[in-house]
Amino acid sequence: MIRFITFIGSKLLNVAQGLGEMLALFCETVYYFKEAPRNLPSIFRQMNLIGVGTLPIAMLVALFVGMVLSVQTGTQLALYGTQEAIGAIVGMSMVKELGPVMTSLLVAGRVGSAMAAEVGAMQVYEEIDALKTLEISPVRYLAMPRLIACLFTVPALVSFAIVVGIIGGGVVAEVNPKINVPFTVYYDNMIRALTYKEIFKGLLKAMVFGGIIAHVGCYVGFKTTGGARGIGESTTRSVVLSFLLIMVANYFLTRFMI
Amino acid sequence: MAPDKYYKSQHVVSQGPLGSFWSKLAHGFAPPIMEGDFCPVNFSGSHGVSIKISKLNKSFGATHVLKDIDLIIEPGETFSIIGPSGTGKSLLLKHIVKLEKADSGQILINDHDVNEPQDKNLPRNFRYSMVFQSSALFNSLTVGENVGLWLRENRIYGEVRIRRIIREKLRLVGLAGKEEMRTEELSGGMKKRVAIARSLAMEPDLILYDEPTAELDPVTSDELARVIMSLKEKVKLTTIIVSHDLNFALYLSDRVAMMHGGEIIAIGTPSEIKKSQNPIVRNFIYTTTKGIKGEGD
Repeated sequence: MIRFITFIGSKLLNVAQGLGEMLALFCETVYYFKEAPRNLPSIFRQMNLIGVGTLPIAMLVALFVGMVLSVQTGTQLALYGTQEAIGAIVGMSMVKELGPVMTSLLVAGRVGSAMAAEVGAMQVYEEIDALKTLEISPVRYLAMPRLIACLFTVPALVSFAIVVGIIGGGVVAEVNPKINVPFTVYYDNMIRALTYKEIFKGLLKAMVFGGIIAHVGCYVGFKTTGGARGIGESTTRSVVLSFLLIMVANYFLTRFMI
Repeated sequence: MAPDKYYKSQHVVSQGPLGSFWSKLAHGFAPPIMEGDFCPVNFSGSHGVSIKISKLNKSFGATHVLKDIDLIIEPGETFSIIGPSGTGKSLLLKHIVKLEKADSGQILINDHDVNEPQDKNLPRNFRYSMVFQSSALFNSLTVGENVGLWLRENRIYGEVRIRRIIREKLRLVGLAGKEEMRTEELSGGMKKRVAIARSLAMEPDLILYDEPTAELDPVTSDELARVIMSLKEKVKLTTIIVSHDLNFALYLSDRVAMMHGGEIIAIGTPSEIKKSQNPIVRNFIYTTTKGIKGEGD
């Protein structure tokens, strides 16, 4: 029994320590935002990696998400003769949930894991120590540019994804004989349902998720130990942790913005 | 340190408006600190520093890794710490450059406790740099960018002057004209030399080498020894070398300390170490092939 309590206690302490360290790293990263002007090249490089590199796959995923959403929902609505609402449903779903969440999960899998692996490799191969001896803060040099890049790039990616997803849904609504909603009707209904406030909320979510992805990737990278195996474990851990935190944050953001 | 020791800028670099804009876009918008009248960095060259380590202890859990280390290193000295793997040599080095914090004890560099916060209003009177076992070069950067990293990140000089320094430091380690090479194109010995050039770009007063000959063949080790020897003659800095390569350490050093089980068990000139009667030292050095510089010439 004592062994069990000790086990639970040590796990809880580990979680508390991890959360504390993540918070401390986040505060330090935000503190270094003031140094962003001198790290512009690095920020642009990260934006290119995150944004341009992820754009094609994000578009493709969003296109099919919009199409599936349209075909699934449209056929059900058609049973009750209300398929004209499909534009509003796809639009709202893409803007409020699917766009930000799906794109962020994609970025977490593609970019967050790469960040964890890169920073982790730097940790394992003493490059982080080398930065410290060169009087360069690893948080300023590595974490800050990645966080800023993610904060701006993920909402931009989500914007594209939303547009492509809505177009995909519209095309399916028009060409699928079971739905058969003209694109103009689809578009009008979507525009009527969407407000700037909803779009802002969706992009705000994307920004928060972007922050989570960069922060988790860097935190897990900085904590990497144990050579190549450790780098592999960090990659997996960053993806799992990012997914988990994105889902948790999504609930709370939705709860407070509703 | 008194304010009169602030150092006047000697190397202000002017750039044209267009060149300046692209340079800023490429290297960030913060201005070089040397553009002002006074610079918080002393760039009047390297000066050796003294190091005094007293009663330094470090444990990891139940393992007592460093045990009451006492050591004095004189300014300008080349000092080697030898010993078998796992005796705490590299860990001692990491304490000197503040990558590790001791459980107890003190490290003074030029009588300044390295763990005491620095007064930000005063310029520091020494700089240190470390050459890591793995070289620790940044793969995303070219050779030149690696060498100039500290100067650029700390906005020490303008871009033209930084490029000149990069060329100069690479020439010093025998890698002139290699600025544009990628680090993955370099051999192990070249990587070590780039790491040394990167350290020298800081104009350090103390340079630390962690296992410089690890993973190098004997010929490359010899080349590296020649580079360090020539630096010793050209740049007056304090050098600490941690190595289990006895030949390398005895050849380069003014004094040598041997560590065993987290303690310093012998210290002296290379000749004294070779003549030591300590059975552990004798056991460690029973084979030498290169001998001591100057002996038997």
